[in-house]
Amino acid sequence: MLDFDLAVVGGGPAGMAAALEARENGVEKIVVLERAETLGGILEQCIHTGFGLHYFGEELSGPEYAGRFMKLLEDTDITVKTDTMVLDIASDNTVTAVNKKDGLIKINAKAVVLAMGCRERPRGALSIAGSRCSGIMTAGTAQKYVNIDGYMPGHEVVILGSGDIGLIMARRMTLEGAKVKMVCELMPYSGGLTRNIVQCLDDFGIPLKLSCTVVATHGKDRLEGVTIAKVDEKLRPIPGTEEYVPCDTLMLSVGLIPENELSKNSGLELDRITNGPKVDEYRETEHKGVFACGNVLQVHDLVDYVTEESQIAGLGAAKYIKGEKISSECVSTQGVDGVRYIVPQRINCKTDSDVKLYFRVGAVFNNAKIIVECGGKEILSKKKKKLCPGEMEYVTLKQSVINELAANSVVTVRVEA
Amino acid sequence: MTYDVAIVGAGVVGGLIARELSRFKISVALLEKCNDVAMGTTKANSAIVHGGFDAQNGTLKAELNVKGTAMMPELCKKLSVPFKNNGSLVVAFSDDEMEHVKALYERGVKNGVPGLSVIDRDELRRIEPNISDKAVGALLCESAGIVCPYELTIAAVENAVTNGVEFIRNCCVKGINRVADEYVLDTSAGEICAKFIINAAGNFSDELAKMAGDDSIKIIPRKGEYYLLDKSVGNLAVHTIFQCPNEMGKGILVTPTVDGNLLIGPTAINIDKKDDTETTPEGLAEIVEKALKSVPSVSVRNAITSFAGVRSHPETDDFIIGWSEKNDRFLNVAGIESPGLSSAPAIAIRVREILGEKLELSEKESYTDTREEPVRFRHMNDEQRAELIKKNSAYGRIVCRCETITEGEIIDAIKAPAGARDVDGVKRRTRAGMGRCQGGFCGSKVVEILARELGVPMNEITKFGGESKIIYERTK
Repeated sequence: MLDFDLAVVGGGPAGMAAALEARENGVEKIVVLERAETLGGILEQCIHTGFGLHYFGEELSGPEYAGRFMKLLEDTDITVKTDTMVLDIASDNTVTAVNKKDGLIKINAKAVVLAMGCRERPRGALSIAGSRCSGIMTAGTAQKYVNIDGYMPGHEVVILGSGDIGLIMARRMTLEGAKVKMVCELMPYSGGLTRNIVQCLDDFGIPLKLSCTVVATHGKDRLEGVTIAKVDEKLRPIPGTEEYVPCDTLMLSVGLIPENELSKNSGLELDRITNGPKVDEYRETEHKGVFACGNVLQVHDLVDYVTEESQIAGLGAAKYIKGEKISSECVSTQGVDGVRYIVPQRINCKTDSDVKLYFRVGAVFNNAKIIVECGGKEILSKKKKKLCPGEMEYVTLKQSVINELAANSVVTVRVEA
Repeated sequence: MTYDVAIVGAGVVGGLIARELSRFKISVALLEKCNDVAMGTTKANSAIVHGGFDAQNGTLKAELNVKGTAMMPELCKKLSVPFKNNGSLVVAFSDDEMEHVKALYERGVKNGVPGLSVIDRDELRRIEPNISDKAVGALLCESAGIVCPYELTIAAVENAVTNGVEFIRNCCVKGINRVADEYVLDTSAGEICAKFIINAAGNFSDELAKMAGDDSIKIIPRKGEYYLLDKSVGNLAVHTIFQCPNEMGKGILVTPTVDGNLLIGPTAINIDKKDDTETTPEGLAEIVEKALKSVPSVSVRNAITSFAGVRSHPETDDFIIGWSEKNDRFLNVAGIESPGLSSAPAIAIRVREILGEKLELSEKESYTDTREEPVRFRHMNDEQRAELIKKNSAYGRIVCRCETITEGEIIDAIKAPAGARDVDGVKRRTRAGMGRCQGGFCGSKVVEILARELGVPMNEITKFGGESKIIYERTK
């Protein structure tokens, strides 16, 4: 049994930021457990730029952004175990992990930070009819083949889903000489960042087909084509609008799912909308001493926000380990009228800081107002020119306002169009 | 060299025949046109070991089903293949259907099926809690079970190869010539000579028979589509839940799989192309609609994949097992549709008996009838895991996160007799890529390991052989 103050599960941007922040705040024995061979998580394969605009105020590539944190980690005595997979987190926070070098290891930690990230929604979950030929892959898998392994995953590409990875891969494949025929998006709006639509599709003349989906795949061994169709307002394919598009590759960018198998097995209940654990303002889950941050908690669109959130979790873990974390009666948060969810799901009434409420909306809103209420009373409002599901939003509640709220009351956030 | 016997087709039938024949002092080649075993009907069916009450009394289907099902638990134990005796239900939704259920009971008793009883609404609800409120009763068959058909085939062929059978993959038979007492098979892997041919070519058994001058067989390909749901809903069904059968088959079922997932399907539609395994929007919709009738809480939101298989429906409606009337050393094992998987162990024995009429079969001293259980890291406790990694550190690297599959297990699957050569082959042997993410993370790792172990570049690795390439040339 190895003894640590803090065990961080995952060495991507979330895990690294949480570990560093905990160290900054006086936690001594910290271990970061990473299943890949290197730290950095998915950033390692994101060789495009656009990372760090908020956090560093400059435009970095994924590996550069990750590299800055790796460098900071190297300068500490934080233990890093790569190529190490966590198998279990017991109710007493004992972490079981394996790797080739140490074999099976048990870690006794005062606190645990969950930072396992997310995975892509696969084809199976979509019920696309057709054959099980090769050439159908998630955009992230394709990105690994191109950027890490150095192989072309295809030559004529259709992309389903306009999530950011799909948009980035449309540009990447084009730059590598492939023909990207189109990006189909089921919804009437894109799920990706506006800047990615402009820079990755518009600049290369790649059509974005909204309210359109892939209804069937064709091909015996390798994909030979797909049938696309327009969908109605209930997202059902409209008969008669089918169109056959020859292609050898179908890339899927149809959503990300927080990777919470470990959390679930440890008995944590997940938020039905975020698919992540429910947390307080310091990202402490419903298990004492277990914190969560980054994409395992909620899928972010910017790594800068992942870093920010993970620093909150790292600080929370440090306070917890030092016995300084406030644990009082809480208010709960709830998204209503167009707001799909709120993170954090609860706030300690006696909290010692301002709290940002992060959320996403369920549709596109123009010239809207975000209204925060508690007990029928408006406590905050903020005007926004545009709100869309692809971009995470937040409002900040002042500590003084929170400290005034009645215990067990509900803070709601809604959109007024 | 000339083999004593060439078995054409490495599905569950060909695989178990190969294993049965490997007991004897004869040379046997198992020819498979694909890159792996179990690539046809075997890999895409309901994975049910049926009781044996469906087939009409007096048919080969009835006889071999009851015999095969009785053999299955012992066979699976010997081959270290998971088998679960979960029992089956044929559910009635009206008084008319209840009459049908009673008729099935009578037929089953005549066929010699053990463990049959007709149960009422209350008993049904007690033993199958998620069954629809509209169900009025059912036929319970306690002897029925579930098994993974490709795992059974992989194990059988592995066992056969260990006992001396030669497995030849990517070997498609294009023509058969009889030269005196020998056959010369013209195949995509060159000429192969054999004294006897066993036709276990599944959907293509009629075409193979034709090559030997026998046009008595007619196979009608019948497609069935399925949804496989996540393990989190695997407990929605305890038994294999059938609805009342019709002339096209046993209808849509809801069943747990031996690996703990939930399987719903199949549809049944006659098709023209024997290799048409495309799922269709209509088919997938039909599965959901009908599965909901049995278990209303089933939801395709939990689907992890959908697939289709093609059954080999014989025009005669019964298994065709015996010497060809046109060619006296050519043994047909054709039209093995449901209950083919259940019958396969008994079919292998029957084929050996028939072959024994013309070929002397004396037993080897060295025959091993068991296959060692592959390492299954996910089923081990901490002590066993620690011990295993000490012995071989490759078991300390998890490649597939969803199913907890180690690099060591993947290497084992590649190095096994008749081992994996492609990504799907690794998946079927280890479950790597079979979980929720469907290979999103581990797919490229598996490609890397296959390439390394087989000593080829990554871009030569396929999904399932043929032209099913995963990646192409190097980037610029």
